[in-house]
Parts: sequence; C-alpha cells; structure tokens
Amino acid sequence: MTNKEFQDWQEKELDKSISRFPERKEQFLNHGADEINRLAIPAKVDKKYLEDIGFPGKFPFTRGVQPTMYRGRLWTMRQYAGFSSAAESNKRYRYLLEQGTSGLSVAFDLPTQIGYDSDNPLSMGEVGKVGVAIDSLADMEVLFEQIPLDKVSTSMTINSPAAVLLAMYMVVAEKQGVSSTQVQGTIQNDVLKEYVARGTYIFPPQPSLRLITNIFQWCSENAPSFNTISISGYHIREAGSTAVQEVAFTLANACTYVETALEAGLEIDVFAKRLAFFFNSSSDLLEEIAKFRAARRLWARLMKERFGAKNPASMMLRFHTQTAGNTLTAQQIDNNIVRVTIQAMAAVLGGTQSLHTNSKDEALSLPTEESVRTALRTQQIIAHESGVANTVDPFAGSYYMEELTDKIEEGAKKIMAEVDQAGGVVACIENGFIQRQIENSAYDYQQEIEKGERVIVGVNKFTVEEEGKQPGLRGDPGVEDAQVQRLLELKKRRNNEKVKETLTSLEIAANREENLMPYISDAVREYATLGEICNVLRKVFGEYRG
Amino acid sequence: MPVNVDIEKIIELLAKRDARGIAKAITLVEDNLPGVDRLLASLNPKNIDACLVVGITGPPGVGKSTLTGELVALFRSQGKRVGVIAVDPSSPLSGGAILGDRIRMMEHSLDKDVLLRSMAARGKLGGICGSAGAAVRIMASSGCAVVIIETVGVGQSEVDIVQLADLTLMVTAPGMGDDVQAMKAGILEVADLIVINKADHPGADSAALDMEAVLKERGIANSFTKVHKTIASEGKGIAELVGQIQLLADSFLESGERHKRRLKAHDMEVFDWAMEMLKTVVEKEIADYSAEKRQDPRLKANGILSQIMKNE
Amino acid sequence: MSDVRKMRVLIAKPGLDGHDRGAKFIARALRDHGFEVVYTGIRRTPEEIAAAAIQEDVAVVGLSSLSGAHLRLFPAVVEALRKADAADIRVIGGGVIPDEDIPILKDAGIKEILTPGTPVDQIIKAFEDACER
Repeated sequence: MTNKEFQDWQEKELDKSISRFPERKEQFLNHGADEINRLAIPAKVDKKYLEDIGFPGKFPFTRGVQPTMYRGRLWTMRQYAGFSSAAESNKRYRYLLEQGTSGLSVAFDLPTQIGYDSDNPLSMGEVGKVGVAIDSLADMEVLFEQIPLDKVSTSMTINSPAAVLLAMYMVVAEKQGVSSTQVQGTIQNDVLKEYVARGTYIFPPQPSLRLITNIFQWCSENAPSFNTISISGYHIREAGSTAVQEVAFTLANACTYVETALEAGLEIDVFAKRLAFFFNSSSDLLEEIAKFRAARRLWARLMKERFGAKNPASMMLRFHTQTAGNTLTAQQIDNNIVRVTIQAMAAVLGGTQSLHTNSKDEALSLPTEESVRTALRTQQIIAHESGVANTVDPFAGSYYMEELTDKIEEGAKKIMAEVDQAGGVVACIENGFIQRQIENSAYDYQQEIEKGERVIVGVNKFTVEEEGKQPGLRGDPGVEDAQVQRLLELKKRRNNEKVKETLTSLEIAANREENLMPYISDAVREYATLGEICNVLRKVFGEYRG
Repeated sequence: MPVNVDIEKIIELLAKRDARGIAKAITLVEDNLPGVDRLLASLNPKNIDACLVVGITGPPGVGKSTLTGELVALFRSQGKRVGVIAVDPSSPLSGGAILGDRIRMMEHSLDKDVLLRSMAARGKLGGICGSAGAAVRIMASSGCAVVIIETVGVGQSEVDIVQLADLTLMVTAPGMGDDVQAMKAGILEVADLIVINKADHPGADSAALDMEAVLKERGIANSFTKVHKTIASEGKGIAELVGQIQLLADSFLESGERHKRRLKAHDMEVFDWAMEMLKTVVEKEIADYSAEKRQDPRLKANGILSQIMKNE
Repeated sequence: MSDVRKMRVLIAKPGLDGHDRGAKFIARALRDHGFEVVYTGIRRTPEEIAAAAIQEDVAVVGLSSLSGAHLRLFPAVVEALRKADAADIRVIGGGVIPDEDIPILKDAGIKEILTPGTPVDQIIKAFEDACER
C-alpha cells in the first residue's frame, strides 16, 4: 500500500504510539497462523474517507481515539458495585481486583447521591440499598482500606454532591501518602442529565454548573489525571430515549458544560481533555456500533469547529459503556447473559474505553457474586477469545455501517439545533422539552412491546411457565441502623468546634464567587458529614424541585 | 365506590373543614351525583363572599404550577387558608387525563390549610365551569381566603374557566412569543395582570415589551395591565405580585367590578349545569329510543325537548 | 352520564429513587384507558402521598420503587392512609420486588404487587379491580 496519507499516519501517529505503548503481542495471529491486519483501509484513500472516517487516533476519530486501539491495551473492565456498608463494599472491591477487574466503580446509595445523611428521615428505607452509604470521611477511609489509590483507578457515580465525595477521595489518598497528582479516576459529576433522566438533583441548574466548573478548575491544577466529569447518555437511554436522542442530549449537555467553563475563564485545551463520556449499549448491535462512531465524530467536530480546540486530545470522545439495564428481563434470566454479550460486543466494536457488563439477575435483585463473575467473564471472553480486539474498527467501510453512522450524526445534530433554538439545555430542562421527548420515545417503545410489534424473547414471545424465581442477593436489613449508629458516634468523637468553623467558612465562600473545593476539603478533613456540607450549600443555593 | 354516597356524612365533614369531606364533596360535584343539590345548599355564603378567586393561565412550560406554589406559600405566610384547583385537559380519545400539577406544589401537601385539587376538563358539553365553580365554592365555604384556579391557556374552555375568577393572571416566559401570539385573543382580553416568569432567562425584557405591545395593539391596555416579572423557581417577584393582586382585588371590590364578574360567572355556571342535566336526560331518551319507531332525527330531538318542557 | 363514576387513581414514587420511566408509562397507559391519573413526581414521603391521595379523592394509589426500599416504604403509605382514616383507599405496588417479599407486602395491606414484565393489560385490570369498592 503506497498511500501517502496512510504512510503519513503510520509515521506520525502509529509509530509514535507504538514506541510509547507497545502492542500487547509481537504478532497477532489467527488459528491458521496468518497475521491479523491491524487496520484495514480502502484500496484508495480519498478525500471523503479522510474527512468522515479517517484513521484511528486522528481527527475526526470515527475509527477510535487510539491508533492501535485494543491491540495496545484492552478496554478497562470496570464493574459497578457497591452495597450496604463501606466495609462490605470494600470486601467486594478486593474480590473484584483479585478476579482481574482493572478499575473500581463505586455505587453510592440514594441518600448519599442526594446529599442526605443516613439519619435523615428522608433516607428511611434507602440506606445502603442501591449502593454504599457514605456519611463522612470515616466511611470513605473504610471503603478504600488496603486499596492503593496510586495504582487503582476509581470511577464514582456521584453527581450533585460530587465535589464532596471527590474531596473525601483525595483526602483518603493523601492519608495513604498518595499525591493528588497521581490519583486516577472519574467522577460522574453530570448534573444536567439528573434533571432529565435520573433524578438525583439537589441544587438548581446554575449553582450546580458553578460547582462543576469549580471541580474542573481545581482538578486541572491539583489532579490533572482525574476525569472531572462523565457526561452520561446512559441514563437518558435508560429513561427511554432513542439512540439518536441519547447522542443528541448527551452532547448538548456536554456543550453546556464547555460553555459554562469557558464563561468562567477556563482554557478549552486545559479542561477539555479531562471530559469523559458514558453511554448505554443496547441490543441493536449495528445501530449501537454506529452510534458510538457517530458520537465520536460529532464531538470531535464540535470541539474543533464550534469551540476552537487546538489540542487533538480535547477533541477525543473517550467513553465508558454500560450494557442496557432496561433490556434485562425478569423472565428466563439466563437469556440476559446473551443480551449482555451482544451489547458488550457492540461497545467493543464501537471502541469503548471501559465497560461494565450487567449481571443476569439485576431485574430481580442485587446481583450475586456468581452472576457478577459471569458478567465479567463475558468481557474476558470477548477480549481474549472472540478476536474482535485484534484489529481496529472492523466495521469501517461497510456500506450499511457508514450510512447508519452518518444518519445518527445528522439526526443528533438536528435535535441539538432544536434545543439551541429553544433557548439551550437549561431552558429546555425547565420547560420540560427534553423530558417530554424522552417520555414519548419510551411510551412508543413500550407500546410496541405491548402490541407484540417488537419481540422480547421470553416476555411477549417464546414464554414459559417459570417456577418461583430464585432469590437473589439482598442488602443487609440491619445496615441502616448500624450506619446511623456509626454516624452518631462520629459526631461525638470529632472536633465539633472545628467542624462548625469549616462549615461557616464554606458558607461565606459559597456566597462569594470563590472556588469551593478547598473549603469543602477543609470541612471533609474535620469529618463534617455529607449532609452537613450539602445543607450549607442548600441554604445558599436553594433546592431544585422536579 | 358505592353510588349511594352518605351525603349527610359528607356535609357533616365539610362543616368541620375536614380534608376528606372536602375532597368527597368535590367528587360528588364532578361526577354530578345525587345529593349534590343538598350539599351545595349547605355551603357557607359568607365565606364564599369573603373569598378572593384568582385565575392563572398561560401556555404550557412557563412555570404556572411553580408560580402557583409560590403564591400559595406567600398567602400562607399571611396566615390565609388557600385552595388550588388545577385544571388539565382530558384526552379526547380515551376520556382519561394525567394530572401533574401537584408535582411542583408538593411541599404544601402536609399543610392542612392548603387544599389542592386536580380536575380534568372531561369534555363536558357546557364546559367545566359548573363543576369547577362548585369546587371553588366548596373550598371557599371551608374557609379558604383565596382560591386559585390554574389552567393551561389553550382553548375556549380555558378562557371560560378563568372567568370564574375575580381576577386573572396571564403567565408567560421568555421565548414563548409565538405561543402567546397563537393564544386565543380571549385569554389576553380576560387577563388583568401579565406575568413574565423565568425573568432571569435571556429575552425577558423583550418578552415584557412584546406583551405590552400586544396589549396596546389590541387596545386592551389599561392602568392595571402592567407586566410583572417573576422568577418563581427562586421565589423572586412573588411578594410584589401578591401586593398587586391585593390592590387590584380591592379596587374591583370597590368599583363593583367584582360583583359584575361574579354575576357573569354565576350565569356561566347555570348554563353549564343546565347543559349537563339536559345531557343526562337526552342521553337516557336516546338509549331508550326503540329501533322500530325511528323518525327524522330533528323531529325526534324536538319531541324529546317538548317532553322535557311539559314535565316542568 | 351521571351514574358512571370516573376512575381516579394516584401514581407516586415514594423514597429517593428517581427512575420514573415505569411510573410514567403506567400513568399514560391508565390515561389511555380512561382513568384520571394524578401523578405526584419523584421523592415523596409516605405522608405526602397519603395526604395527596385524600385531597384528590382517588380510589387507588399505585406506588413504584426500584431501589429496594419497598418493604419500608409501601407499608408506610398504607399506614399513613389508615392514620388519616382513609384505609378504604387501596394501594398497589410495583417495581423490582423479589418473590419472597410479596406475601410480606400483602400482609401489610398492599392489595396487589406488580413485578417487571407484567403485561400492561394485567396492570390496568388490577387498577380497575381496585377501583371497584
């Protein structure tokens, strides 16, 4: 192949990348010992190919964000987990690390996600239910006991109170002797999608955007390897959006964060490379692959053309994927393993950077250890046995795939233009425009299932009578009382004068335009609780009502 | 639910300002069940006369429910018992409805002096002024100093319903220009106060100017049709708005305007009830209309009406 | 037609769980079958839900919870209704509810439990039945 552009890419991008990060193997061979081509390209690389598809690791990144993709390094297998108490979750994390998971993903319970302490009356029944309860630094210390934070990257699904949990994480690292500059991980920190899809908002949009920008700024100075946000389409899709809407609303939210940060005086090429994304992978294999490719291209174009980013790293859409929880059925639960496999395959063929595979029993209860292992094994089989990790973006150039990629990009652009026209994301959240679009798609989809126009195996076709479903794992019912007890003891033990002082300083700072991260960190160090810190902010910022 | 409702019990609970009694009484009215007459005759006319009835209308998505919730909070801070009747359209296909106005007013749920009732328009023949008007009086009779009727301003029945009010607010928001233009001219004509909500959004000033221009153009600007700005989600501008409502209510009372409006509302309610009752009788006649004796539809209609009038 | 009572129900999400896709779908499906559906949004306390049900004079309250807090929250709604002298308002629960919890909830006064995958016709039937007092 004597194509100039291809040679150019090999010299400038590929060789550089391989010299820095060698591929996993000297040679990638198939069963017949034939060498597997790293990157198949058209016989003739024309202008259209370069503009719309291009080479991996190069604008517009349709084929992926790294030149060698999974030949260099496999995606991070990151299983979302966390339940009951910090001590129980810590045990599960250590088990997962032993089993070969490469990064942690922390699930918090709902009171933590909404900034309530475990003893708040609104927390009744919810403590330790969908994740771990964290009331203070003391719980966070237990959560990461014996887990080296300079080696393990941690993703935390936390949004409205993200600043507080981030501060706790950094203080735990500090106490382990790990500098904040070494700490790796991600906080979800995407409040806009909470208003439209997930519901764990606390403050109104404007102060929420301020907190997010404070985090961007603080991390760019103190924790440059930390991903400051994971802009999430996952929950938008779970709420019932289409694939195109998922891309559109996610990127529209992302643009809002970028605009807010720019208004606050941040440099695009300083913070943009730390923006991460989080998508859903559903069962329509080809549509999902096209969706990931389209999202990557559209983001690259937006960053370059609309926001004037110069650094290619700012234009790369790096994303985590989770398989679609809403596709799991309570009927014939083993079928879910097959669904998850298809969805995980779509994520890998779409070029994800990390992946969570759901467990088969999640429509019934918290997953058991066994079903979590099967979910992880699914990823390992795709990585090591299926062969799809041995070549880069194998679907490129398929007539159907490229057409679908174009269609999704166009469709998403159209919706984004509508949102802009209607006053932007915040206005469209407040008047319910975005929520209505998602609801309508969800309703239509469900109607198709009810009418049997859309077949869901085991649900509306190919059904069987099933015996009582096997009981899954459940949270420990005693955890709420124990957690409240821990909290009461902490409040007696800590220096309450110091707590009050730091909370007062935080309130003063919140009323001014200062960056709140240092003040939150000070309060966290003194073991001020999450609820106490959030209440100070509630007082200053007010609360959002759905 | 048994159709033979214990009407005496409801009347008794109503007199005690009991939440369940009030709710059941409104259902009786909405469903037009036997015993309604007795119930309505038991209401306290003095309380009804003392009550201020405020109408709130405007296009969807401008924050009417949030604004209503804030008005309720302010009236409550003045120690007043408040009622809210939130009217939403019914689905013309199924006759069902989703009534979601409570979502933004839930913080008042546990306050025994806030009565909140969602009503569906139900596609009634004469509009829903009859049942909504009765609901207003039930709430007023139970001691509400203020009753707010909130409705989406999209059609004729909404225009009618705000005419039950002593005074009406038209709420809009920046970026709603087209919707306002498209709204029934009637709504603007009945509006006594114009509110631009979400006044922190870009375009609030031009929206206010637009509204003033629309009012002027239609020749309905008067000293009261001043445009007010609020940010209901932050409680801003609410005290000023309530002050203005109070001022206007007082002046209407003094000038006799309120009396005039109540008479008009009365007539509308009479009409709606009459149509509702007529509908019941006519529907029964048609149901009993035997297939053998079919005659020309207009002749038959005439016959039914003559029959009804003879019965008088 | 004055002898036909309109079926009025309330759909609510007690607790902190914000996933309202299921609740909203049920609300729309019920509307499309002629129900008047009062929807109260996410994050409601059992007391708020009971108070709303009384003021709206609904026959049935449908609760949805996906966070596993149903054993605490659903009976709390029944209890709040009972305290307010409104035990005749029936409660139906739905969500991710393990089989072994169903008898516990029924004993606590929840009339019907609807688990994932229940066909919509069956859900509507359950509400219709509960409306007939």
